[in-house]
Amino acid sequence: MNLDFTPEQDAFRAEVRAWLDENLSSRLADKVRTSKHLSKQDMEDWHAKLHARGWLANHWPEEYGGPGWGPVEKFIFEDECAMANAPRIVPFGVSMLGPVLLKYGSDAQKAHYLPRILDGTDWWCQGYSEPGAGSDLASLKTTAIKEGDHYIVNGQKTWTTLGQHADWIFCLVRTSKEGKPQEGISFLLIDMKTPGIEVRPIHLLDGDHEVNEVWFSDVKVPVENLVGPENQGWTLAKYLLTYERTGIAGVGFSTSALAELKAVIGKTEKATDPLFAARVARVEIALENMKTTNMRVLASAAGGAAPGAESSLLKIKGTEIRQEINALFMRAMGPQAQPFISEALEEGYNGPEIGPEGAAWAAKDYFNNRKLSIFGGSNEIQKNIVSKAMLGF
Amino acid sequence: MDFNPTDDRRMLGDTLDRFLTGRYDHTTRMKIAGSDAGWSREMWAEMAELGLIGALFTQDQGGFGGEGADIALIFERLGRALVVEPFHGALAAAALTQDQRDEVIAGSLIPIFAHSEAGTAFDPDRLSAKVENGVLTGSKVAVANAEAADIFVVSAMEGDTPALFAVQATDAHLTPYPLMDGGRGADVRFDGASATRLDMAPADLLDTTLLALSAEALGLMERCKDTTVEYLKTRKQFGVPLSKFQALQHRAVDMVTEIEQTRSAVINVGHHLGTDKAAKYAAAAKYTAATTGRLVAEETIQLHGGIAMTWEYDVAHAAKRLVMTAPIMGDEDVHLMRFAAL
Repeated sequence: MNLDFTPEQDAFRAEVRAWLDENLSSRLADKVRTSKHLSKQDMEDWHAKLHARGWLANHWPEEYGGPGWGPVEKFIFEDECAMANAPRIVPFGVSMLGPVLLKYGSDAQKAHYLPRILDGTDWWCQGYSEPGAGSDLASLKTTAIKEGDHYIVNGQKTWTTLGQHADWIFCLVRTSKEGKPQEGISFLLIDMKTPGIEVRPIHLLDGDHEVNEVWFSDVKVPVENLVGPENQGWTLAKYLLTYERTGIAGVGFSTSALAELKAVIGKTEKATDPLFAARVARVEIALENMKTTNMRVLASAAGGAAPGAESSLLKIKGTEIRQEINALFMRAMGPQAQPFISEALEEGYNGPEIGPEGAAWAAKDYFNNRKLSIFGGSNEIQKNIVSKAMLGF
Repeated sequence: MDFNPTDDRRMLGDTLDRFLTGRYDHTTRMKIAGSDAGWSREMWAEMAELGLIGALFTQDQGGFGGEGADIALIFERLGRALVVEPFHGALAAAALTQDQRDEVIAGSLIPIFAHSEAGTAFDPDRLSAKVENGVLTGSKVAVANAEAADIFVVSAMEGDTPALFAVQATDAHLTPYPLMDGGRGADVRFDGASATRLDMAPADLLDTTLLALSAEALGLMERCKDTTVEYLKTRKQFGVPLSKFQALQHRAVDMVTEIEQTRSAVINVGHHLGTDKAAKYAAAAKYTAATTGRLVAEETIQLHGGIAMTWEYDVAHAAKRLVMTAPIMGDEDVHLMRFAAL
């Protein structure tokens, strides 16, 4: 039993830190730290820098442009990025579609799409959820009916994160109504410029435009855009979700958020409040435990075992911790969490600063991160998974 | 980073498992825990023979283990089997002389650590026991296995400094009683007892003790959880096993999640034992073990229903012991505030 990183891993951490120091502008890091809205350009620029270093698609095999890292290296990288307040990598192309194409895509699909994900030519979004298909994803109704060498797609997707920026969408569509609901689903790549697609914004309760509805009416999609066999899309969908959950503990995010929380307490009336100190200690202990739980899952993955239901445990506990830190941060602001000046969340705002630093985004972050226990499979779904896979219920 | 046990520890674990399964089953344990002595000298001799006491100490201390991971491994298994023999006391031999420690390892000398007082369960800076001119005065409460002691290791103030002292058991006044979760304890009064100052700082022995208690609680949690999960699969109501009800599934998963967090907390303190981070991780572990312990114990009883309210049902005793380990050396509140202050 040894909790220490190897000297090579320590050296790697130093290398990542030095690179971030050199390449992450203080302007961008400050935007992330103060929860300002990132522009599409901000995200694309960051991707480009990571791509130039070979660290963008950091879990892809080397022959497709990955750096050849193991799970521990990937964890160290994400940890350092979070601590440095780097923008998170937009996951839809690199972390979601990429692995699916690598495992299930044709050679032509790999050759065409993967380089375009890396160099930023294509911005991808995710077409999974529908108004009637959330946790019960397999009940999705968007149809794709084959006519000659095209599918004709009709239906509606929702919660499409950053779909307003997207060039392409990967969709789960129904290609058959025979058999069980899971048996008639296919995985289809759709160009967002195709006639018949409409993106409508959904404004979230923090006022943000982060997610969208995507409507399809008689959208013609070439049959070669099908990934994997027709009606076998559910296998791909699940594979993608398992992938989505690796790194979902968000230990780095929580660590940096806790540091921010501790930094701000001193400027508030909570500075001398022992009950608040106990609340902070409680979440800090949970996070310290979580770091090791996360390492244990990573170590078993590094040793060749695939992290299965354990990643669901990480998701549940990791998101609870992040949400609790957000809640404490907001509480630290007291009544000064109330003012909501949306312009203060834009770069270049030079109006009055109300309250201590953090007051401008404390409540917004709290509300925005309620999503953490809902997306990627709600925490209740995770519990179903653990119950079945680990307890044999 | 490597979470696999070494070959030596794997063997130690196997030895312990074989011994506890074969020689310390529930019936035997209940007989020992309810006996006049509240522990078994014969069992203790067998355990010493197997090397279980020696495994608590490093080679420099005359043992063949003694690292945080060894202590965690042993106490986790002792917890699982609800062992009542004086292993926590044996840990205090780290503060004694080498000759004494050799006797402890051989099973022929039993030290007991007497620390908690009515006014302070943990904080060594608030002790009221004091030593002046080599003479100890003070009272300790709820000292498990006090009647088994040949020698007490006692925390007390000397001037403004808490320190550890060795006191012969014959110099102590005991008010003994049975304990809620089996075995026996006593309030222990020292009234001008001759005390020898020991070199080890109380903080070091306390960190090790907190590790042992947290690991013991972890073992009890696993026992409770495993039994509860099996029960949910077999017990039928409304024509189906209880494990088919989602409300119960999710509660079982919550237990698993928190137990895994506790395992991590125990690993953390075991890894940092002897470093300047030990106190903080020990506080974190004790807080986590006490909080999770109560959750798991209460859920074990609730998810079983009435059967777990009975004396006859073995896991009920595990749940009971799990609850009763929480207040030893400071409960979750004590260690939460300590963590916040460290």
